[in-house]
Amino acid sequence: MSTSPKMKSAAVAAKLKKQPKKTRLEPSRLVEAPKGTQGPYKLPKNQMFQDHRKFGFSNIMLVLVIAFLFMPLFVVVTYSFNASRGMRWTGFSLQWYYKLFFDSKELWRAFANSFVIAITSSIVATFLGSLSAIGIKWYKFKSRAYIQVVSFLPMVLPEVIIGISMLIFFTAVRIPLGMFSIFVAHTTFNLPFVFLLVSARLEEFDFSVIEAARDLGATERQTLMKVIVPSIMPGVMSGLLMAITMSLEDFVITFFVSGPGSTTLPLYVYSMIRYGVSPVINALSLVLILGIMLLALGFRRFLKTIAASS
Amino acid sequence: MNSHIQEKRGRRLGITYSAPMGLWLTFFFLVPLCIIILYSFLKKGLYGGVEWEFTLTAYRQMLNPNFMRVFLRTLWVAALSTVITITLALPCGYAMARSRHQVMWLALVIIPFWTNSLIRIYAWIAILSSEGFVNEALKALGVIGESLPLIYNQGAVITVLIYMYIPFAILPLFTTIDKFDFQLLEAARDLGASKPESIFKVMIPNIRSGIITAVIFTFIPIFGAYTVPLLVGGKDSYMIGNIIVDQVTKTRNWPLASAFSLVITVVSTIGVIWMMTSTASERARLKAPAQVVDANGGIT
Repeated sequence: MSTSPKMKSAAVAAKLKKQPKKTRLEPSRLVEAPKGTQGPYKLPKNQMFQDHRKFGFSNIMLVLVIAFLFMPLFVVVTYSFNASRGMRWTGFSLQWYYKLFFDSKELWRAFANSFVIAITSSIVATFLGSLSAIGIKWYKFKSRAYIQVVSFLPMVLPEVIIGISMLIFFTAVRIPLGMFSIFVAHTTFNLPFVFLLVSARLEEFDFSVIEAARDLGATERQTLMKVIVPSIMPGVMSGLLMAITMSLEDFVITFFVSGPGSTTLPLYVYSMIRYGVSPVINALSLVLILGIMLLALGFRRFLKTIAASS
Repeated sequence: MNSHIQEKRGRRLGITYSAPMGLWLTFFFLVPLCIIILYSFLKKGLYGGVEWEFTLTAYRQMLNPNFMRVFLRTLWVAALSTVITITLALPCGYAMARSRHQVMWLALVIIPFWTNSLIRIYAWIAILSSEGFVNEALKALGVIGESLPLIYNQGAVITVLIYMYIPFAILPLFTTIDKFDFQLLEAARDLGASKPESIFKVMIPNIRSGIITAVIFTFIPIFGAYTVPLLVGGKDSYMIGNIIVDQVTKTRNWPLASAFSLVITVVSTIGVIWMMTSTASERARLKAPAQVVDANGGIT
């Protein structure tokens, strides 16, 4: 017989494909390995005993909820190309984008403020938060519990409370409201998130590596810089990313601690939308959404870590 | 934990590493919170601020029936929105965890979630307002002649709140369900459970901590919501958050604002403690190597 083993397996595969679809949970099914996999292919854990129905209840719900999440954004983006101001479609136009890019000085000044605060506060928060996570995971000392509690509460308290308490605090200690007070506030609410993300990363860290490094003669500093820091980098990076987006996004806390001349982008947007629909904001939405999409794409490796922390 | 290096030097280093963050949060989070507690027992100043005189006026003012009505409304809105949010988010988290394209779905949840919250609220204003998308579309189609009152009411507030906080529920649910061993479902089915039974009696108890986290992360922020009721709500949808801000910016009654803030803080802290203890007990349960099932079927 001249049938090569290759053809044989192709025939088997074809036979299997012809089998009618089953709707019950199926423990054993022949799966094709994704392209480029070498060696025996094992299904990921969540795919074992998969419910094969594509249109099961939960999948439909997921698609509906995602549609619900995107629908408002889609409407706003569509109407950013509208020729007239309102929400009645009158024709295609790019005038709002022209206005956004060339005729919105104040908006871009607010954007610059937001940017400066986001970068500075997230860098400080990432540095302090990571350092603290290392300290807490690596060593045992008495005030650990205190730090863990203090770093958890700001994450769950409503923003209004944090905003008010900061406003009252800054007034009481006579720190003028402005860029500096916003920086302090943003660092404060960013710290816990960075701390949590880096701690989660350290949870997976194999501590025997540290001992190995020590045995091989590494000093304390070398262990920190050459062993620990590189291995927690994904946690640090997702912490930084999270901090930047949260700082750029924050409205409520900033609303309380900002002063004259320190308008951030969300504050500016707020002042504009109080007077109803504004096509420039429509155009701005698209720009921001694209920016976030790029960010999510660039950091897609860390999305799961970020999901685990929020 | 044997992973900790317990040396004297190590302890000192640990404190050195953790002190900056500990001090920062003490100064800029804990001290402000303590000031709020203090202020709630002081007398209101004439132009904002306080006078140093001990009084319980703020707490007496809180019992005002108007405030109580707002308080109850806030509780009701937060509870209702949380229940709907979790009901919607559970199947989503499940579907995402079972999917082969987890990262894609995560990105699809996270992109709107990261979009500026004001832009998202604004989008809803553009959709629901009297000259908004829905009304204009229905008018163009000839379905209605007059605009429908879709915005500035309780329904709009609840819809937008769900919209804003559903990612907060989906993400922790996804994370816990992703760790769930799906073979247990198969085992339950093999032992004769129906599909809903296997979900409700096997999976739900196993992802309890995720559900509690999701409840906390939606209920607490909704309880303290400020922007949503302000921008899409009417006079009848004021929530505690709005009262607090009004007391600070308009009425300038700082002690009253502090007292309200303190109530929210206490409620949130109780929720957090509940969440932490339940997660801890679950972790302990999972770590225990063998569990003995006694004659009554309970786990001892």
